Amino acid sequence: MKPDWSGKVAIVGVADSDVGFLPGRTPLSLVAQAAREALSEAGLTFQDVDGVFAQWGDIMSSLLVAEYLGINARYHDSTSIGGASNVGHVGHAAAAIMAGLCDVALICYGSTFGSDRKEGAVSAPPYDLRSPQGLFEAPYGIMSPLGYYALMAQRHMARYGTTSEQLAEIAVATRKWAALNPKATRRSPMTIQDVLDSPIVSSPLHSRDCCLRTDGGGAIVVTSVERARSLRRPPVAVLGWSELATHLYDISRLPDLSGPTGAKQSGEAAFAMAGVTRDDVDVVEIYDAFTIGPLMMLEDLGFCGKGEGGAFVSGQRTAPGGDFPLNTSGGGLSYCHPGMFGVFLVIEAVRQLRGDCGERQVPEARTALCHGYGGVLSSHATLILGV
Amino acid sequence: MASRLPPANSETAGFWENAARGVLVVQHCPACGHRQFFPRAVCIHCMRPEPEWQPVSGFGTVHSFSVVHRPAHPDFAQRVPYVIAVIDLDEGVRMFSNIVGTTPDAVRVGQRVRVTFQPEAGDRVLPVFAPA
Repeated sequence: MKPDWSGKVAIVGVADSDVGFLPGRTPLSLVAQAAREALSEAGLTFQDVDGVFAQWGDIMSSLLVAEYLGINARYHDSTSIGGASNVGHVGHAAAAIMAGLCDVALICYGSTFGSDRKEGAVSAPPYDLRSPQGLFEAPYGIMSPLGYYALMAQRHMARYGTTSEQLAEIAVATRKWAALNPKATRRSPMTIQDVLDSPIVSSPLHSRDCCLRTDGGGAIVVTSVERARSLRRPPVAVLGWSELATHLYDISRLPDLSGPTGAKQSGEAAFAMAGVTRDDVDVVEIYDAFTIGPLMMLEDLGFCGKGEGGAFVSGQRTAPGGDFPLNTSGGGLSYCHPGMFGVFLVIEAVRQLRGDCGERQVPEARTALCHGYGGVLSSHATLILGV
Repeated sequence: MASRLPPANSETAGFWENAARGVLVVQHCPACGHRQFFPRAVCIHCMRPEPEWQPVSGFGTVHSFSVVHRPAHPDFAQRVPYVIAVIDLDEGVRMFSNIVGTTPDAVRVGQRVRVTFQPEAGDRVLPVFAPA
């Protein structure tokens, strides 16, 4: 019989750093800002931390954090699964804490992806020229990662009749949430026509189907539920989690580019561990690197049927006031996007469950689902939280 | 153009040699019959080392495509708009490529295509696909 891991650890502190265009800041200074705020709200300090989980594109991110914050950590994890890394880290921290290998886990992220970009330069290849991507994809001029999402969106449209208007519904709904978030980068009203009028970058994706490029960071503090009860804020229990990764850039690893992706298995396993149903979930945070991402993930996670994602998001269902609150911070599309987004999914979910979200608060939010992906829907991490 | 073409190595040399002769090949495992692309040092189905190169017909179907309007790299600036695609070869292997020999707005998912070979810098020849 499988052990019952549900509800054994809790998130006790979260914080996002400043976000936006922040020249002169460094990834570690953003980590430090977020980490001190997340720990402070729990009533903890750097000295209390004994497990460090970090990844922002550096090979040894967790070691950089340890030396910068003065932490002697007996548990280190710099696992990268791309944009989902910090979501996966919550499950890794839970396992370490339950195994007795760590008491207080600090999960963090910081990046100056926005200010690092030089004005006017096209994207330089991030890949090793000797990699499969470098050898058999890059020579054809594919933009990485945007082109891959464009290929998936085109296939989804051909198979299921999904339209650009339906993708735009996601961008518009997410902008409405951003308008309610004082820290969001883009808050001005945007219509579906505005999205469709924005230039096509790689068909069928318009520029407003694509996430921002900003600076920013975040931190999450995890400990056992026993320890959590003695700390300052009401704990948010980790009810279930799972991951699945099938590739990095070789999208032929998917049986079909319209999905399902690894999110199907990751979602099912997280729901099984949590012992909750889709109907129990009050608020959902899905990485929105490109609008096709949340649309396909809603299908794979079982919130709607395969191919029904377009209809599901139509009529602004996921916007404030709709019956399916999605990406309530304003997401990567309108709040911030420093290159990865996992940490921000979890921060927002925790704040919703605590009732901290002010104007964008989802009433009576008790159960939240976070789903991050990495690469090009290559890797997935699902997390279910509850109070 | 040379800046974006990586050197051949032990896994890939056979692919480029065949392309230079106008032949499209994929890896084929003589032990279990599995075909795979991109090339690896082992068969991912049965783990036998060193799969062999096997010619394919060159015919396939467009699984998906995208018309690129913002060049991925300065090398591609002159070609915009160009078409990237994922092709389902008739032999059951999927590969990335460009679609050439047609206007971008005529490309369709499900379209039949056939390989053709495009000379690049140095001795390299790149397989691309045109409407069949």
